Amino acid sequence: MKMDRKIAMQNNDTGEKAALPAARKTFVDYAIRYGFLTLLAGLLIFFSVATEGFFSPFSAVFIFQSVAITGILALGVTFTLVVDGFDLSIGSTATSALMLSAYMMVVLEQGAVVAVIACLVLGALIGLVNGLLIVKTRVPDLLATLGMMFLLIGLQRIPTEGRSISTGMVLPNGEKANGVFDPAFLWLGRNKLDFIIPNLIPVSVVIFVIVAVLVWVFLEKTRYGRVMYAIGSNQRAAALAGANVNRYKIVAYMFSGVLASVGGILLAARLGRGDIASGNNLLLDSVAAALIGFAVLGAAKPNAFGTAIGALFVGVLLQGLTMMNAPYYTQDFVKGAVLVVALVFTFVLTGRRAGSNH
Amino acid sequence: MSATAMEIAGLTKAFGTNRVLRGIDLELARGEVSVLMGANGAGKSTLVKVICGVHQADGGTMRLGGRPFAPRTPIEAIRAGVVTVHQNINDGVIPDLDVASNLLLDRLTEPGSGFFLRERELRRQAREIAASMGLEVDVGRPVRELQLADRQLVAIARAMAHRPELLILDEPTSSLSAAEAERLFALLDRLRDQGVAILYISHRTSDIRRLADRIYAMRDGAIVGRFSEKPLDYEAAVTAMLGQGLDEIALDHNMPGPPVLEFRDVVLEPGARPINLTVHRDEVLTVTGLVGAGKTMIAEILFGQRAPLSGEILLEGRPYRPRSAREAIDAGVFLCPKDRGSTGIFRDHSLARNTTMPFLERFSHLGFVNTRSEARATRRMIDELGVVCQSEQDDIGTLSGGNQQKIMVARWLGQPSRVLILDEPFQGVDIKARRDIGAKIRETTKGRATIVMASEMDEVLEIADRIVVLSDKHVVGDHRNNKDLGLREVLAQVAGQEKALTGQGEETGHAP
Repeated sequence: MKMDRKIAMQNNDTGEKAALPAARKTFVDYAIRYGFLTLLAGLLIFFSVATEGFFSPFSAVFIFQSVAITGILALGVTFTLVVDGFDLSIGSTATSALMLSAYMMVVLEQGAVVAVIACLVLGALIGLVNGLLIVKTRVPDLLATLGMMFLLIGLQRIPTEGRSISTGMVLPNGEKANGVFDPAFLWLGRNKLDFIIPNLIPVSVVIFVIVAVLVWVFLEKTRYGRVMYAIGSNQRAAALAGANVNRYKIVAYMFSGVLASVGGILLAARLGRGDIASGNNLLLDSVAAALIGFAVLGAAKPNAFGTAIGALFVGVLLQGLTMMNAPYYTQDFVKGAVLVVALVFTFVLTGRRAGSNH
Repeated sequence: MSATAMEIAGLTKAFGTNRVLRGIDLELARGEVSVLMGANGAGKSTLVKVICGVHQADGGTMRLGGRPFAPRTPIEAIRAGVVTVHQNINDGVIPDLDVASNLLLDRLTEPGSGFFLRERELRRQAREIAASMGLEVDVGRPVRELQLADRQLVAIARAMAHRPELLILDEPTSSLSAAEAERLFALLDRLRDQGVAILYISHRTSDIRRLADRIYAMRDGAIVGRFSEKPLDYEAAVTAMLGQGLDEIALDHNMPGPPVLEFRDVVLEPGARPINLTVHRDEVLTVTGLVGAGKTMIAEILFGQRAPLSGEILLEGRPYRPRSAREAIDAGVFLCPKDRGSTGIFRDHSLARNTTMPFLERFSHLGFVNTRSEARATRRMIDELGVVCQSEQDDIGTLSGGNQQKIMVARWLGQPSRVLILDEPFQGVDIKARRDIGAKIRETTKGRATIVMASEMDEVLEIADRIVVLSDKHVVGDHRNNKDLGLREVLAQVAGQEKALTGQGEETGHAP
C-alpha cells in the first residue's frame, strides 16, 4: 500500500516534469514574440488614461515627428547591423549633412535641390570610406566608424571656424553671408500635410514611413537583403555561396551614410540654421532604437520593422512621461532602461528558446 | 613507482546521442612515447579533452600513477601532473610577453605568488628552465619574435615547469618544418629519458617513425589497434585507423564519359611534384589521403579560393582560372566545403534560405525572392534526401548534424553542375545519413563530373568509381574501385610508403 503510493507519486512527479517545459515553452514563445508589442500597447493605454490629451491625433503626430529623424538614422544603422557590422559615425554624418546643407544655401547661395543632392552625395561618400576602411584595410568596424565620427565632428567645423551658420553671419574672410534657407528646403522640415484633419502630418514623418517601408521591403523581400542577412550570419559561408561579401558590406555602410544624411537634411530643415550644437543625441538614440528592434516579434536580429517600433517605443515613453510632468533630465535614464530591458528580452529569452529546442 | 603512468579503462563519453568515446582502454608507460592515430572524428580530441580536464567522462576510470584521476578542470589536471600542449601553437604562449614571463606564466597565476613582479628573479628562474630544456633563446625577447619551433618549445618548456608525469602533444609538428621538428624531437627524447610518459597525437609518418615506442590506432571512439613490437607495423596501424571493407557494397558502376576537367602539371606547393589528372563526366572520383595531403587545396583551387603555384586546369577543353566562388559557380563548378559549421550553415536561417542561397537569382524576379518556388524546390530536396524536419521553414539549428549536412548537400545538388566537388561530405554524420547522402550523390552523377574528398577508407569504397590517392600534395595512386582493387596497395600509398617503393628517400616536407 505504502509502496504503491510511492510509485504513484513518482509517476506523478515525472508526469509533471514532462508537462512543465512544454507549457512554459509556449508561454515563453508568446512572451518573446509579442512581449514588446504588448508592452507598447500597455504604455499607450496607461498614458491615455493617466494623462489628458495623450490620446489624440495631434499627440500621435507629435510622437511620430519626435522620432522621425532618429528613426531614419536607426534604419540606416540597421543595414550595418544586418551585415554584422556597426556604424558609430551616423550621428556625426547627420550633423555634417546639416552643416553642409546650411553652408550650400547660406554661404554658397545654392537652391534646395543642390543642397539636398550635396548632402546625399556626402553621406554616400562617408559610407563608402567607412566600408573601404573596414573591408580593404580590415580596421574593425567599431574602430573605423569611431575614427570617422571624430573626423567628421572636426571637419564640419572647419569651414566656419567652429561657428553655427545662419543668414548674416560673418565669414572667416570678413564677408557677410547673404544666402538664405530655400523655402522649398524648409518645407521638408516644417510643412504639414492634410490627412483627414488639415495640416496634420509633417513631411518628415511621411519620409520616415516611406523609408521604413522601403528598407523593410529591401531586407525582407529582395534577394539582396537576403544575402545581407546571410553575410551577417556566416560571412565565410556566404562567400562560398558566391556572394561578393565586400561589395555588400560597402553598400550597407553607404546606405547607412545616405540615410544618416537624410536625417541631417530633415534636422536642418526643421531648425532653419546650421546649428553646430544640434544632434548630440542622434547617435545614441538611433542605435538604441535599432537594438530595441531586436526584441520586437522575437526577431533576435536587426530588422526594419523592429527598428521603427523601437524608435516609436522610445518616443511614446518620452512623450507620455513629459505629459506626466517628469523632468527632462530623466529622459536619458528612461531610454537606457528601455534599452537594457530590450536587450535582456532578446538575449535571455531567445537564448532560452534556442536551448529548449535541442 | 610503477612503469605505467596513466591507465584508462572503459572510458565513455557522449554528446547528446552522439557517442564519441565507446570504451577506451589505454596504458601510457613512463619513459615511452605512445602515438595515438585516428582519422578526423575518431574521437582523439575528445579523449584528450577528457584526460586534460576540459570534458568529464560519462563512464570508465582513469588512474594516474596508481591513484584515481578524474579532473574537473584543466587546472586540476595540471596540478595532478597531466600537461597538454595543444595543436595551435599560439594557444600555448602569449605572443606579446617575453620568454621569461611565458615560461613562468603558470607560476604567476598561482594563488599566493605575491603581488609585485621581481623581474630579476623571474629571469634567473626562466634561464634555468630554458637551459634544462636545451632552449637557446634570450629570455627577454617577446615570444612573437621567435620562430614557430622556438615558440612550440617554449610552450612545452612552460608545461614542463609543472614536472608532469604525463605530457600530451596534439599534432605538435603540424606547422613546423622538418628541421624545426627535429629540435622538438630532440627535446622529447630528453624528456623520455627523464621518465616522462608522452602521448603524441599525429598521423605524420616521419614523426611516428622517429619517435614512437608504441602506436594506438583509434576509430569510431574505440582503440582498434595496439602496436608495440619492434619494428612497429606502421602500415597495419594506418589500416586499422582508416577501417576498410566493413561490408561490401555493390556499386552500380558508372562508365566514365568524356573528360570534363583536366589538371596539367598543377603544382600545389613549392617542391611538390606536379599533378596530372583527368576527371570524366558521369563518374565519381574520390580523392583520398591523410590530413594535409592536399585534398582541400585542390577543392579550393577548383572553387576559386586559391591559385595553383603553376600549371593549368582545363574545364571542357578551355582554360579555367576562377578568381572567386561566384566565377566558379557561374562556370558550373560547385563546392560543398568541409566543416559545414564555419563554411556552410547560416544559423538562425530556415532550411529554405539555407538551401537556395547560392542560386537566389534563379528564385527571384526583379530582385524579389519568390518564396513559393523557393519553398517548393526546398521541399523537393528534403523529400529526396530524407531530411528529418517539420517543414522547410524550420530553423537549421534545430536539425541534427546529419540532417544539416543533407541540407548542405541539397544546396549544391539542387541545380545542375558541370563539376560537383564535395569535401568530406560525411564529416560528423551518422551512418544512416551517410548512406542517404552517398546514394543521392551516386544517383545523380549522370551529366556531371563528381569529385569527393574523403579520408576514411570505408567512405571512399562506398562511393567511388575511381580512387585517387594524394600524399604530400601530389598524386601517388589512381585506381578503379572494382574487384581488382588492391586495398593494401591503396593503404600503403595513403600511409606515404609509395616513396619507399620507388626509392625517393625519406619524407621531408611538412605542411605549412
